Amino acid sequence: MKIAKHTYDAVIVGAGGAGLRAALQLSESGLKTAVLTKVFPTRSHTVAAQGGVAASLGNSTEDNWHWHMYDTVKGSDWLGDQDAIEFMCRKANEVVVELEHYGMPFDRLDNGKIYQRPFGGHSQNYGQSPVSRSCAAADRTGHAMLHALYQRNVRAKTQFYVEWMALDLIRDADGDVVGVTAMEMETGEVSIFHAKAVIFATGGAGRIYYSSTNAFINTGDGVGMAARAGVPLEDMEFWQFHPTGVAGAGVLITEGVRGEGGILRNAAGERFMERYAPNLKDLASRDVVSRSMVTEINEGRGCGPDKDHVLLDITHLSPETIMKRLPGIREISIQFAGIDPIKAPIPVVPTCHYQMGGIPTNYKGQVVAPKGDNPNTPVTGFYAAGECACASVHGANRLGTNSLLDLLVFGKSAGETVVEDIQSGNLRLKPLPDDAADFSLARMARLENQKDGTNVHEVRLAMQRTMQKHAGVFRFSELLQQGVTAILEVAEQAKTTEIKDKSMVWNTARMEALELDNLIEVAKATMISAEARKESRGAHVRDDAPDTAEFPNGRRDDEWLKHTLWYSEGNRLDYKPVNLQPMSESVDPIALATRTY
Amino acid sequence: MTPNKGRMRWHCRRALLELDLVFARFLENRFDQLSDAQLADLQDLLDIEDHDLWAMVNGSAPCPEDRWMPLLSMLRDSGTQDDSA
Repeated sequence: MKIAKHTYDAVIVGAGGAGLRAALQLSESGLKTAVLTKVFPTRSHTVAAQGGVAASLGNSTEDNWHWHMYDTVKGSDWLGDQDAIEFMCRKANEVVVELEHYGMPFDRLDNGKIYQRPFGGHSQNYGQSPVSRSCAAADRTGHAMLHALYQRNVRAKTQFYVEWMALDLIRDADGDVVGVTAMEMETGEVSIFHAKAVIFATGGAGRIYYSSTNAFINTGDGVGMAARAGVPLEDMEFWQFHPTGVAGAGVLITEGVRGEGGILRNAAGERFMERYAPNLKDLASRDVVSRSMVTEINEGRGCGPDKDHVLLDITHLSPETIMKRLPGIREISIQFAGIDPIKAPIPVVPTCHYQMGGIPTNYKGQVVAPKGDNPNTPVTGFYAAGECACASVHGANRLGTNSLLDLLVFGKSAGETVVEDIQSGNLRLKPLPDDAADFSLARMARLENQKDGTNVHEVRLAMQRTMQKHAGVFRFSELLQQGVTAILEVAEQAKTTEIKDKSMVWNTARMEALELDNLIEVAKATMISAEARKESRGAHVRDDAPDTAEFPNGRRDDEWLKHTLWYSEGNRLDYKPVNLQPMSESVDPIALATRTY
Repeated sequence: MTPNKGRMRWHCRRALLELDLVFARFLENRFDQLSDAQLADLQDLLDIEDHDLWAMVNGSAPCPEDRWMPLLSMLRDSGTQDDSA
């Protein structure tokens, strides 16, 4: 079979915020750059980001990057690497001002400077008082950012391959990355993209969970490709959850509903938060509310025929208040739960929101993996940025508005590193191995010829339910152990998926089968990494690692102050140290402490 | 020219979960019965930015084209629990 081959200096997979920011760096440097994306760039999930982008501009309140760095390290529950965190916080002002120059319509103060608003976890003077650090464009920050970056890329003549799905990484005999294979959806044909450098910016994989705020495109394609190519995945046990997503749909119900007086109730109609948080009740912090909800469900007090959710009740508020203060929420509830919250309570469940782990990188955006004595040896030719990557700045828990900052800083940094590596002659176009496309073609042929196979939709649902039940927001030793067995069984089913429609052109069934191959890698990594980590830290909270005087919050720095690395082959686990040293010698490390707010 | 239906199906994959859910129901229940004229209208709707389209679907923003109204109401209703149509 003859396969078309395209040759570029660099190929970027993914055209959300991180991919577009990286592409800009390359194209403006005059490198021949291709961006592969399965959806039109401005349909990427970055569009959904509303909160803003963090930068210590100090326009509204006094601020500096040291305070931002402290907040981020503390937010990460000390699992974040302090060199990468210093780098991100120091670069924040630069990347935000650049975006301003690209025409991003930030909200403004009367004096013309960028308006900044407060956001949870961000503080002045090392946790003393809230700070206004988030730069936003109304409630469409991600949308505005993506459009500004896309326009700038068009100007820089970045070449986009829209509606192309990358299939697999191509590595040569040295283990160096020399390109990717990809399928054009319009024809169903596979091509090779041969390049000096490959940057993955494919976003998160929140669709591994049954209840997820993520759009359907978030299938962890880059993470799955990296895992299949032998690259380990870092800290995949850490996922951020939001307490109130509409049960069965995942759409977020904002915290503001509880702020307006919304009450969480179990099957008996009891206001159960009174038992868990007698003072703050329904307004306790996200993790406390989520854990309480899961405990109610696990102990049989959940609602509905499957007892799998709780209820968010605002029926005691007047219809006028609901219509006036919460119109969007009423619409969401009617659309996705079939319930008018004026008349009946909304079914809700803790919902997966953001992937903290991913493809391991350093702050330069180089993908790193253990080799010899060095756990952070760069994989030549391979770079990653954004939610698919783990730099690691979010550690065990991400702060709001740090995700848009992450994709700007590390998208740019990955781009800069590629430019340096190519211009210095460190990266050259290495020959393609003879079997460059064989692995992808074999996967496609397997799918094409599968008989008596499994159903993609059913296997995906089994994976999502397994992840939700066994590795949700609150984790139980026994459930995790059972979960490992269960997810490996689902992974076996995923090996024999069958599609009935074999057409080549715009075959969405084939796309979904290929996406499932990526999701299942992420699901295995998450379950196995979570089962192994016998402590509570940040978003990973276990019943058998409770808050004690000896180990506050259940965190065990004596054993678990380390990054997890999961390898797809043999489901092998390895670990590497957390970097507690900032990038600059003049910057003091943020010393270990108990994370309390 | 009749648009490729597979391509349109893929274009119903959106950046916002809200729209993904609405379009998933629509693809399941309504899409195969659309006339060529309705498919052309759908193509126009699919070109709209996600936040604007979601605002039109949930009624918080007005629909700028009368000919889109039937499709928007299909999108709104194709997913409510009692969908017998």
